Amino acid sequence: MTELPPFQTLIDKHAGDVMAVCRGTVGRSDADDCFQETFIAALRAYPKLSDGSNLRGWLVTIAHRKAIDHHRARGRRAIPVAEVAEVAVEDPLPDEGVWELVGALPPKQRAAVTLRYASDLPHAEIATALGCSPEAARRSLHEGLKRLRKELA
Amino acid sequence: MKAALNQLAERASAEGLLDVAYTTTDSPFGPLLLASTPKGLVRVGLPNQDADELLVDLATRVSPRVLEAPARLEETRRELDLYFEGRLTEFELPLDWQLSKDFRRKVLREIARIPYGQTRNYTQMARGAGNERAVRAAGTACGTNPIPLVVPCHRVLRSGGALGGYGGGLPMKEELLRLEGVLDS
Repeated sequence: MTELPPFQTLIDKHAGDVMAVCRGTVGRSDADDCFQETFIAALRAYPKLSDGSNLRGWLVTIAHRKAIDHHRARGRRAIPVAEVAEVAVEDPLPDEGVWELVGALPPKQRAAVTLRYASDLPHAEIATALGCSPEAARRSLHEGLKRLRKELA
Repeated sequence: MKAALNQLAERASAEGLLDVAYTTTDSPFGPLLLASTPKGLVRVGLPNQDADELLVDLATRVSPRVLEAPARLEETRRELDLYFEGRLTEFELPLDWQLSKDFRRKVLREIARIPYGQTRNYTQMARGAGNERAVRAAGTACGTNPIPLVVPCHRVLRSGGALGGYGGGLPMKEELLRLEGVLDS
Protein backbone atom coordinates (compact mmCIF):
# COMPACT_ATOMS: atom_id res chain seq x y z
CA MET A 1 0.00 0.00 0.00
CA THR A 2 1.25 3.45 -0.83
CA GLU A 3 1.55 5.68 2.17
CA LEU A 4 -0.81 8.62 1.96
CA PRO A 5 0.71 12.08 2.39
CA PRO A 6 -0.72 14.48 5.01
CA PHE A 7 -4.07 15.72 3.69
CA GLN A 8 -2.90 19.32 3.92
CA THR A 9 -0.50 18.71 1.02
CA LEU A 10 -3.50 17.82 -1.18
CA ILE A 11 -5.06 21.16 -0.28
CA ASP A 12 -1.81 23.06 -0.85
CA LYS A 13 -1.25 21.46 -4.25
CA HIS A 14 -4.74 21.06 -5.67
CA ALA A 15 -7.09 23.63 -4.06
CA GLY A 16 -6.73 25.82 -7.16
CA ASP A 17 -7.75 23.00 -9.50
CA VAL A 18 -10.74 22.05 -7.38
CA MET A 19 -11.88 25.67 -7.20
CA ALA A 20 -11.54 26.00 -10.98
CA VAL A 21 -13.71 22.93 -11.52
CA CYS A 22 -16.30 24.26 -9.06
CA ARG A 23 -16.39 27.69 -10.67
CA GLY A 24 -16.61 26.16 -14.11
CA THR A 25 -19.47 23.84 -13.20
CA VAL A 26 -21.65 25.56 -10.59
CA GLY A 27 -20.66 29.21 -11.11
CA ARG A 28 -18.87 31.69 -8.93
CA SER A 29 -21.55 32.29 -6.30
CA ASP A 30 -21.88 28.62 -5.30
CA ALA A 31 -18.26 27.65 -5.91
CA ASP A 32 -17.23 27.96 -2.25
CA ASP A 33 -19.91 25.45 -1.22
CA CYS A 34 -18.89 23.01 -3.93
CA PHE A 35 -15.25 23.45 -2.91
CA GLN A 36 -15.96 22.66 0.73
CA GLU A 37 -18.24 19.74 -0.04
CA THR A 38 -15.50 18.31 -2.22
CA PHE A 39 -12.77 18.52 0.41
CA ILE A 40 -15.02 17.30 3.23
CA ALA A 41 -16.03 14.27 1.15
CA ALA A 42 -12.38 13.67 0.24
CA LEU A 43 -11.29 13.98 3.87
CA ARG A 44 -13.95 11.48 4.92
CA ALA A 45 -12.83 8.89 2.37
CA TYR A 46 -9.10 9.61 2.51
CA PRO A 47 -7.80 7.10 5.11
CA LYS A 48 -9.35 4.22 3.16
CA LEU A 49 -8.11 5.32 -0.24
CA SER A 50 -6.17 2.35 -1.60
CA ASP A 51 -4.41 4.05 -4.50
CA GLY A 52 -2.73 7.37 -3.79
CA SER A 53 -1.00 7.62 -7.16
CA ASN A 54 -3.38 10.15 -8.75
CA LEU A 55 -4.72 12.31 -5.95
CA ARG A 56 -5.41 15.23 -8.25
CA GLY A 57 -7.61 13.17 -10.56
CA TRP A 58 -9.37 11.73 -7.51
CA LEU A 59 -10.16 15.21 -6.13
CA VAL A 60 -11.31 16.53 -9.51
CA THR A 61 -13.64 13.54 -9.89
CA ILE A 62 -15.16 14.21 -6.46
CA ALA A 63 -15.58 17.89 -7.37
CA HIS A 64 -17.53 16.88 -10.46
CA ARG A 65 -19.79 14.62 -8.47
CA LYS A 66 -20.43 17.41 -6.00
CA ALA A 67 -21.24 19.77 -8.87
CA ILE A 68 -23.75 17.26 -10.24
CA ASP A 69 -25.33 16.91 -6.75
CA HIS A 70 -25.54 20.66 -6.62
CA HIS A 71 -27.34 20.90 -9.95
CA ARG A 72 -29.78 18.18 -8.96
CA ALA A 73 -30.55 19.89 -5.66
CA ARG A 74 -31.04 23.16 -7.44
CA GLY A 75 -33.40 21.49 -9.89
CA ARG A 76 -35.53 20.39 -6.97
CA ARG A 77 -35.40 23.81 -5.36
CA ALA A 78 -36.56 25.71 -8.44
CA ILE A 79 -40.11 26.97 -7.91
CA PRO A 80 -41.92 28.83 -10.68
CA VAL A 81 -43.02 32.32 -9.59
CA ALA A 82 -45.17 34.97 -11.22
CA GLU A 83 -42.69 37.75 -10.76
CA VAL A 84 -38.96 37.41 -10.85
CA ALA A 85 -37.25 39.32 -8.06
CA GLU A 86 -34.56 41.69 -9.18
CA VAL A 87 -31.33 40.64 -7.53
CA ALA A 88 -27.88 42.05 -7.94
CA VAL A 89 -25.55 39.86 -9.93
CA GLU A 90 -21.82 39.91 -9.28
CA ASP A 91 -19.92 41.70 -11.98
CA PRO A 92 -18.19 38.98 -13.92
CA LEU A 93 -14.44 39.29 -14.21
CA PRO A 94 -13.07 39.77 -17.74
CA ASP A 95 -12.55 36.15 -18.75
CA GLU A 96 -15.37 34.85 -16.66
CA GLY A 97 -17.77 35.37 -19.51
CA VAL A 98 -16.28 32.26 -21.05
CA TRP A 99 -16.89 30.21 -17.91
CA GLU A 100 -20.49 31.40 -17.80
CA LEU A 101 -20.88 29.93 -21.28
CA VAL A 102 -19.07 26.76 -20.22
CA GLY A 103 -21.55 26.46 -17.36
CA ALA A 104 -24.39 26.52 -19.89
CA LEU A 105 -23.03 23.61 -21.95
CA PRO A 106 -24.65 20.14 -21.73
CA PRO A 107 -23.18 18.20 -18.75
CA LYS A 108 -20.68 15.96 -20.58
CA GLN A 109 -19.32 18.76 -22.74
CA ARG A 110 -19.15 21.09 -19.76
CA ALA A 111 -17.27 18.54 -17.70
CA ALA A 112 -14.87 17.72 -20.53
CA VAL A 113 -14.06 21.39 -21.20
CA THR A 114 -13.58 22.16 -17.51
CA LEU A 115 -11.40 19.14 -16.89
CA ARG A 116 -9.28 19.95 -19.90
CA TYR A 117 -8.82 23.69 -19.47
CA ALA A 118 -9.44 24.46 -15.79
CA SER A 119 -7.78 21.32 -14.47
CA ASP A 120 -5.39 20.65 -17.32
CA LEU A 121 -6.13 16.93 -17.37
CA PRO A 122 -5.05 14.78 -20.33
CA HIS A 123 -7.77 13.00 -22.36
CA ALA A 124 -7.21 9.65 -20.69
CA GLU A 125 -7.83 11.14 -17.23
CA ILE A 126 -10.88 13.05 -18.44
CA ALA A 127 -12.23 9.74 -19.68
CA THR A 128 -11.63 8.16 -16.27
CA ALA A 129 -13.29 11.07 -14.48
CA LEU A 130 -16.32 10.94 -16.78
CA GLY A 131 -16.49 7.17 -16.86
CA CYS A 132 -16.34 6.96 -20.67
CA SER A 133 -13.83 5.97 -23.35
CA PRO A 134 -11.03 8.36 -24.33
CA GLU A 135 -12.64 8.75 -27.77
CA ALA A 136 -15.96 9.73 -26.20
CA ALA A 137 -14.13 12.21 -23.93
CA ARG A 138 -12.34 13.68 -26.94
CA ARG A 139 -15.65 13.98 -28.79
CA SER A 140 -17.37 15.72 -25.85
CA LEU A 141 -14.49 18.14 -25.60
CA HIS A 142 -14.57 18.81 -29.34
CA GLU A 143 -18.36 19.37 -29.38
CA GLY A 144 -18.11 21.64 -26.34
CA LEU A 145 -15.38 23.77 -27.90
CA LYS A 146 -17.24 23.98 -31.20
CA ARG A 147 -20.32 25.31 -29.43
CA LEU A 148 -18.28 27.80 -27.39
CA ARG A 149 -16.59 29.13 -30.52
CA LYS A 150 -19.97 29.63 -32.15
CA GLU A 151 -21.34 31.48 -29.12
CA LEU A 152 -18.29 33.69 -28.78
CA ALA A 153 -18.14 34.55 -32.48
CA MET B 1 -10.71 30.86 -1.69
CA LYS B 2 -9.08 31.83 1.59
CA ALA B 3 -12.45 32.05 3.34
CA ALA B 4 -13.42 28.65 1.98
CA LEU B 5 -10.14 27.20 3.25
CA ASN B 6 -10.54 28.67 6.73
CA GLN B 7 -14.04 27.27 7.05
CA LEU B 8 -12.84 23.89 5.87
CA ALA B 9 -10.72 23.16 8.95
CA GLU B 10 -13.54 24.27 11.26
CA ARG B 11 -16.05 22.11 9.47
CA ALA B 12 -13.72 19.13 9.35
CA SER B 13 -13.26 19.46 13.09
CA ALA B 14 -17.01 19.77 13.75
CA GLU B 15 -17.63 16.63 11.70
CA GLY B 16 -14.96 14.63 13.49
CA LEU B 17 -12.69 14.50 10.43
CA LEU B 18 -9.75 16.45 11.82
CA ASP B 19 -7.54 13.73 13.27
CA VAL B 20 -4.34 15.79 13.45
CA ALA B 21 -4.41 19.61 13.61
CA TYR B 22 -1.14 21.47 13.32
CA THR B 23 0.38 24.90 13.19
CA THR B 24 3.79 26.47 13.47
CA THR B 25 4.66 29.10 16.04
CA ASP B 26 7.65 31.31 16.77
CA SER B 27 9.87 30.73 19.76
CA PRO B 28 13.14 32.28 20.96
CA PHE B 29 14.86 29.24 19.40
CA GLY B 30 13.11 29.36 16.02
CA PRO B 31 9.84 27.96 14.65
CA LEU B 32 8.12 25.12 16.51
CA LEU B 33 5.68 22.68 14.96
CA LEU B 34 2.68 21.94 17.19
CA ALA B 35 0.32 19.05 16.45
CA SER B 36 -2.69 17.82 18.37
CA THR B 37 -5.37 15.16 18.11
CA PRO B 38 -8.85 15.44 19.66
CA LYS B 39 -7.23 13.87 22.76
CA GLY B 40 -4.51 16.46 23.19
CA LEU B 41 -1.05 17.63 22.18
CA VAL B 42 0.66 14.77 20.38
CA ARG B 43 3.83 16.28 18.88
CA VAL B 44 6.09 19.27 19.32
CA GLY B 45 8.72 19.70 16.60
CA LEU B 46 11.84 21.63 17.63
CA PRO B 47 13.47 24.22 15.32
CA ASN B 48 16.22 21.84 14.16
CA GLN B 49 13.69 19.19 13.06
CA ASP B 50 12.22 19.08 9.55
CA ALA B 51 8.52 20.02 9.84
CA ASP B 52 7.56 18.28 6.58
CA GLU B 53 9.12 15.04 7.74
CA LEU B 54 7.32 15.28 11.06
CA LEU B 55 3.98 15.76 9.26
CA VAL B 56 4.61 12.73 7.04
CA ASP B 57 5.44 10.75 10.17
CA LEU B 58 2.17 11.87 11.81
CA ALA B 59 0.22 10.95 8.66
CA THR B 60 1.73 7.46 8.78
CA ARG B 61 1.59 6.78 12.52
CA VAL B 62 -1.56 8.65 13.62
CA SER B 63 -3.81 9.39 10.61
CA PRO B 64 -3.41 10.89 7.13
CA ARG B 65 -6.19 13.36 8.01
CA VAL B 66 -3.64 16.04 8.86
CA LEU B 67 -4.77 19.65 8.46
CA GLU B 68 -3.27 23.02 9.23
CA ALA B 69 -5.64 24.44 11.85
CA PRO B 70 -4.03 27.16 14.00
CA ALA B 71 -7.25 27.80 15.96
CA ARG B 72 -7.03 24.28 17.42
CA LEU B 73 -3.63 25.05 18.94
CA GLU B 74 -4.25 28.51 20.32
CA GLU B 75 -4.05 27.44 23.98
CA THR B 76 -0.86 25.43 23.42
CA ARG B 77 0.73 28.42 21.74
CA ARG B 78 -0.40 30.75 24.52
CA GLU B 79 1.10 28.57 27.26
CA LEU B 80 4.37 28.12 25.37
CA ASP B 81 4.67 31.90 24.87
CA LEU B 82 4.18 32.45 28.60
CA TYR B 83 6.70 29.70 29.40
CA PHE B 84 9.38 31.32 27.22
CA GLU B 85 8.70 34.65 28.95
CA GLY B 86 9.29 32.94 32.31
CA ARG B 87 5.68 33.55 33.34
CA LEU B 88 4.42 29.98 33.32
CA THR B 89 5.89 27.10 35.32
CA GLU B 90 3.35 24.38 34.75
CA PHE B 91 1.60 23.46 31.51
CA GLU B 92 -2.07 22.61 31.75
CA LEU B 93 -2.50 20.97 28.38
CA PRO B 94 -4.14 17.62 27.69
CA LEU B 95 -1.56 15.28 26.17
CA ASP B 96 -1.94 12.42 23.71
CA TRP B 97 0.76 9.82 24.49
CA GLN B 98 0.10 7.54 21.53
CA LEU B 99 3.48 8.11 19.87
CA SER B 100 5.37 6.49 22.74
CA LYS B 101 4.80 2.96 23.97
CA ASP B 102 5.47 0.75 26.99
CA PHE B 103 8.63 1.54 28.96
CA ARG B 104 9.32 4.72 27.00
CA ARG B 105 5.89 6.05 27.80
CA LYS B 106 6.40 5.28 31.49
CA VAL B 107 9.68 7.20 31.44
CA LEU B 108 8.04 10.17 29.72
CA ARG B 109 5.25 10.22 32.30
CA GLU B 110 7.95 10.32 34.98
CA ILE B 111 9.63 13.21 33.20
CA ALA B 112 6.31 15.07 33.00
CA ARG B 113 6.29 15.10 36.82
CA ILE B 114 9.66 16.85 37.26
CA PRO B 115 8.83 20.32 38.63
CA TYR B 116 9.93 23.52 36.94
CA GLY B 117 13.45 24.57 37.83
CA GLN B 118 14.52 21.11 39.09
CA THR B 119 16.53 18.36 37.45
CA ARG B 120 16.72 14.58 37.70
CA ASN B 121 19.10 12.03 36.19
CA TYR B 122 18.48 9.14 33.80
CA THR B 123 18.88 6.56 36.59
CA GLN B 124 16.10 8.18 38.60
CA MET B 125 13.85 8.16 35.55
CA ALA B 126 14.59 4.47 34.91
CA ARG B 127 13.81 3.66 38.52
CA GLY B 128 10.59 5.69 38.46
CA ALA B 129 9.48 3.84 35.34
CA GLY B 130 9.98 0.52 37.12
CA ASN B 131 13.36 -0.72 35.94
CA GLU B 132 16.34 0.86 37.61
CA ARG B 133 18.84 -0.94 35.39
CA ALA B 134 17.31 0.31 32.13
CA VAL B 135 19.24 3.57 32.26
CA ARG B 136 20.17 3.45 28.61
CA ALA B 137 16.53 2.79 27.60
CA ALA B 138 15.51 5.76 29.76
CA GLY B 139 18.03 7.86 27.83
CA THR B 140 16.50 6.67 24.55
CA ALA B 141 13.02 7.56 25.83
CA CYS B 142 14.25 11.11 26.52
CA GLY B 143 15.93 11.29 23.14
CA THR B 144 12.76 10.25 21.30
CA ASN B 145 10.35 12.37 23.36
CA PRO B 146 7.56 13.36 20.93
CA ILE B 147 6.38 16.26 23.12
CA PRO B 148 9.56 18.13 24.20
CA LEU B 149 9.26 21.36 26.25
CA VAL B 150 5.82 20.37 27.56
CA VAL B 151 7.21 17.00 28.66
CA PRO B 152 10.40 18.59 30.00
CA CYS B 153 13.15 16.16 28.96
CA HIS B 154 15.57 19.11 29.20
CA ARG B 155 15.34 18.64 33.00
CA VAL B 156 16.99 15.22 32.80
CA LEU B 157 20.80 15.22 33.18
CA ARG B 158 23.49 12.56 33.46
CA SER B 159 24.28 11.19 36.88
CA GLY B 160 27.16 13.34 38.09
CA GLY B 161 25.67 16.48 36.62
CA ALA B 162 26.87 16.41 32.99
CA LEU B 163 24.19 17.84 30.74
CA GLY B 164 23.68 14.81 28.50
CA GLY B 165 22.09 15.30 25.09
CA TYR B 166 19.09 17.13 23.71
CA GLY B 167 17.02 16.62 20.56
CA GLY B 168 16.94 20.37 19.96
CA GLY B 169 20.72 20.69 20.39
CA LEU B 170 22.73 21.22 23.56
CA PRO B 171 22.67 25.07 23.41
CA MET B 172 18.88 24.94 23.57
CA LYS B 173 18.98 22.65 26.61
CA GLU B 174 21.39 25.03 28.36
CA GLU B 175 19.24 28.02 27.51
CA LEU B 176 16.10 26.31 28.87
CA LEU B 177 17.91 25.43 32.09
CA ARG B 178 19.07 29.05 32.41
CA LEU B 179 15.50 30.24 31.84
CA GLU B 180 14.35 28.00 34.69
CA GLY B 181 17.17 29.19 36.94
CA VAL B 182 18.97 25.82 37.11
CA LEU B 183 22.08 27.20 35.39
CA ASP B 184 23.44 30.66 36.10
CA SER B 185 22.71 33.16 33.37
